[in-house]
Order: sequence, then structure tokens, then C-alpha cells
Amino acid sequence: MAIGVKVVTRPGSFSQQMYLPAIAEGMGVTFRHFVKNFFGNVVGQRKKTDIQTIEYPEEKKAYPARHRGLHRLMVRDDGQTRCVACMMCPTVCPAHCITIVAEESPDGTIEKRPRIFEIDELRCVVCGLCAEACPCDAIRMDTLEHAKPVYRRVDAVLDREELLSRSRPSTAVQGGVGELWREKVTGSDQIQAEAPLIPAGPPPGPTAIVEFDRKN
Amino acid sequence: MTLDLSYGSTLFTVLAALAKILALLLGFGMGLASILTWMERRQSAMMQDRLGPNRANIGPFRAWGITHFLADALKFLFKEDFIPPLAHKFFFMWAPVMSMSPALIVAAIIPFGSDLCWGHVLDPQAAMCETPVLGQIARLDVGILFYFALSSLSVYGATLAGWASHNKWAMMGGLRASSQMMSYEVTMGMAVLGSFLVYGTLEPGAMVLKQQDSLWHWGIFTQPLGFLLFLTAAIAETKRTPFDMPEGEPEIIGYFVEYSGLRFGMFFLGEFIEIVFSSALLITIFFGGWSLPGLHDFAIAHQWPNLVYFLATVGIWSVKVFLFAAFQLLIRWSLPRFRSDQLMQLGWQRLLPISIANVVATALVVLWLNTK
Repeated sequence: MAIGVKVVTRPGSFSQQMYLPAIAEGMGVTFRHFVKNFFGNVVGQRKKTDIQTIEYPEEKKAYPARHRGLHRLMVRDDGQTRCVACMMCPTVCPAHCITIVAEESPDGTIEKRPRIFEIDELRCVVCGLCAEACPCDAIRMDTLEHAKPVYRRVDAVLDREELLSRSRPSTAVQGGVGELWREKVTGSDQIQAEAPLIPAGPPPGPTAIVEFDRKN
Repeated sequence: MTLDLSYGSTLFTVLAALAKILALLLGFGMGLASILTWMERRQSAMMQDRLGPNRANIGPFRAWGITHFLADALKFLFKEDFIPPLAHKFFFMWAPVMSMSPALIVAAIIPFGSDLCWGHVLDPQAAMCETPVLGQIARLDVGILFYFALSSLSVYGATLAGWASHNKWAMMGGLRASSQMMSYEVTMGMAVLGSFLVYGTLEPGAMVLKQQDSLWHWGIFTQPLGFLLFLTAAIAETKRTPFDMPEGEPEIIGYFVEYSGLRFGMFFLGEFIEIVFSSALLITIFFGGWSLPGLHDFAIAHQWPNLVYFLATVGIWSVKVFLFAAFQLLIRWSLPRFRSDQLMQLGWQRLLPISIANVVATALVVLWLNTK
């Protein structure tokens, strides 16, 4: 059977086939917009026009509250960084843009703190996983600023001081509320305050870990 | 040998012609075309609820960004003038000139103002002198035919550019340009034939004089169908949307795909010069040229000096051309483009028969009116 050619009939009145009424209508729409925007803009009443443009350096549109922007490091109430250099964020980071070098913290109650904390904003994919992973509410992306343009690549690497420059004290309580957290949460003294949080028993030895690794 | 600069001498005639050429081509044509390159972007932005280019400034002088055309020219100047290694160098270099110069030469026949009586510039308009300075670069009896001859030459620019670039997309663009322009050339000639019959002349200056008495003598009212056909064909000749097949950015980019720097700038500016002078021609044939209904009688009644009347007509002409150019931009940013085969279908199967029918109908009416 030969391949048939399907002739598509295009119904349409004479005025449609003439194009002109549709052309006039379309040009009417564009002309109305032009008149409204042009004269509104000339008179200086931008608000009455339909113009959607935001003239960026002069006008800025606020980012939504949950916008993931530039990183920052949060501080404790006494001004130290909250970061304990636990390496959660560089581990989870899919772009490997976080570099942390830990050092011992002079504060006796804190084990470690970052000596170097750098984020390469050029490599960052703005996924927000670092802020999700952080157990201490130390790293956040809620500055509502985007990465600023730079002339040199090295300028896009934010160091600890720059990350701390946008910081403020976190409302989260550092390290929970300590050993009395059950009381604070439940408000009762039924639970023994002296009870150790970690159940007693021998800690898992290194042999167990090796075995675990072998199984995998 | 003394230089005879008196009115009517050869040197005076030559100088007057030169002054007119410089004023009309460099002053008005290039000036308005440059502004149009900016205006197109700004006007289209306003039509689409955007702001458009408004940043370029010279110090504190910003004026809505009107100096963008200067920035563009400067940018074109500093770009590399690249010629593809396999391109035909001679044709490649001359194609932009071939595209731009016909558009400029066409300006020669366009009447831009009333005749000026040199030496009697302050005398009242009514006393017309014997040999005035024409408000037109050249008063040719062939008139509009001169325009057709040259505008069909401008197809060589696009075709040569496409062929000489040694690029298949440019080649296709050039082919489309030539087929399109040849097809619409026919309709264009047929469309304006009706106007020739109505005015009884081919000479644009005389056409204006025939339209200056009343609004109902304007070509748009005596030849409405002719106007629509001529407008359509003229837009197709300038290769702009909805007839921008030779460019077609999403598919073949266009016959100037290999061009860069100032050579591309010439194509770009040439397109706008074509808009200016095709607007001027449309004004001349269909909108009374430099005249305004009743202005002539008003000027005579109020004893306007010759110079004042001349300047007023030049002003009216400029405003009309500007408005019509803006109208062409409005068309360009409102209508979607045709497909290549639809374009040919429209040209040969619709516009051409209609324009022939228009000529026949006009001829019959003119005959009937003359024998009555």
C-alpha cells in the first residue's frame, strides 16, 4: 500500500486567512503595553507601569528567607567559634570545597577548633549539605548574600576570619544543656540525674572495627 | 579665473547638491539609523514590559541611554576584522558595501522638503522663483523606477556575502535573501503601479504636490490596498521580521554569520538605513511626503517667509519618517515570522494576484473618472 499523504485542512474564515485582523489585534496589544510603559517611565511613575525589570545595582530584590547564600561561621556566647572541627561538612560536601585543619582548643571544655577553615565559593555547588550535616550549628548559609564576583580566583576562597565576619551567636545551646538535659526536657526528676548517658560496657575495640571493615 | 558662487552658477549648484547629500545621508539618514539601532532595543523592551538599554552615558549625560549607539560603534571598531581563510576575499570585503550603498543612493530621489528660493529666502512663499534649490537631491523623471532599480541591486549584498563567506549557513541565507527579494520585488512594483495611475506621474516630488491639498488626496486613502501591499513588500525587502528568512537566528544565523567588527556593523546599520529610506518612500507615496493638508494655503495666507516654510516642511517630513520608522519597529516586534515556503506562497499566490487586481481596478476607476 502506497504511503498516503494526509492533507491537513486548515479551516478558517476569510478574515483569518487574510491575517490582517489578527495582525491589527496583536499590534494593538504590543502598542498598548508600549504606551503604558513608555509614558509611565518618562513621567517617572514606574510603579504604574508593567515593567518587570529590576535595575540591579540600584535596586535589589530581597532573597527569600530560606535562600542558600554565602556561608558563615557562628560563634558561641563568649565569642569563640562554634566549630569543633569534626570534619562532618568537608566529608559530606559533594564539591570538596571545604578545607579544615584542626587544632587543640585552649578552652578546656572543648576538644578541637579549626585552625584553618576555608570554603572555595567557586567550587561550592550551594547544596546546603554542610549546614545540614553540622552537629553544632556552626556553619550556616543564611546570609542572604550571593557569592560576590572577584577578579582573582583566590579571592573567592573565604577564610575563617571572613566566614566569621558575618557571624552572630547561635540561638541553639552549645552542646545541648549538659548532663541535665532529661530534666530540662521532661521537667521531672524521675529520671536519675546521675545516670551516665552512655550505657556502661567495654567500648568497641579496634579488632571489632577491623572485622567490620573486612566484612564489607 | 574667479569662482562664481552666485545663485544659479554651476559651482553653486554643485555645492548645493553636496550640502543636500551630506545633510540627508550623513545627517539625517545615518543619524536616524544610528538612533534606530538603540530605539529598536528600547522600544521592543517597552513593548515587552522590560526597560531595555538605558545605561550608556557620557559623564552625567545619560538621556535614557541614547548614547548606546556610540558605544556599539566603538565596540565594532575594536573588534577583530576576521576574514575566513577560504572566503573569497574581494567579494567578502565588498559585500557589506554592496548591501549598504543602494540603501543610501535611494535617498537621492526622496523629496524631503519644499523647494527653497535661494536669494529670496525671506520673501513670502507665494512668490515662487524661476529656478529654486530643490528639496530633493535629484529630480528624476523616472522617479520611483530609480528606487526599484537600486533596491533590486541591494540583493547582491546579501547574496555575495553568503556566497563569499564559504559557509553553508551563510550560503543558505544568501540564497533565501535572493529568492525572497526577487519575489517581493514583483509585488512591490505592482503595488505601486496603482499609485502611478492615480498621481499620473513617476516623480516623487510631483506626487507630494498632488497630495498636499487635502487629507483625502493622500495615497493611503486613494490606494489603501496598494499601501498594504507595498508595506508588506517593503518589509520583505528590508529582510526584517516577519520576513527575516535570510537571517533566521535559530536555524541558519544568516548570510552575515562570518562577519565581525565594522563589516558586520555595516550590515547592521545598512538594515536600519533601509528602514529609514523605505519609510521615507512610503511617506512620499502614501502619506503626503513633506506636506501637511492645508499648510500650503496657510503659509501663503500668513505670508510665511520662504525659509520658514522650507524648514517647516523639512520638520514635518522628519517627524513623519521617524513615526513611520517607529511603526516598522512595532511591526517587527509584534509579528511572528513566516516559514520559508509560506513566504513564497504569500508572495506569489496571494500578494501578486491581489496587486494585479488592484492595478486593474484602479485603472478602470481612473478611466471612468477621466471620461466622466
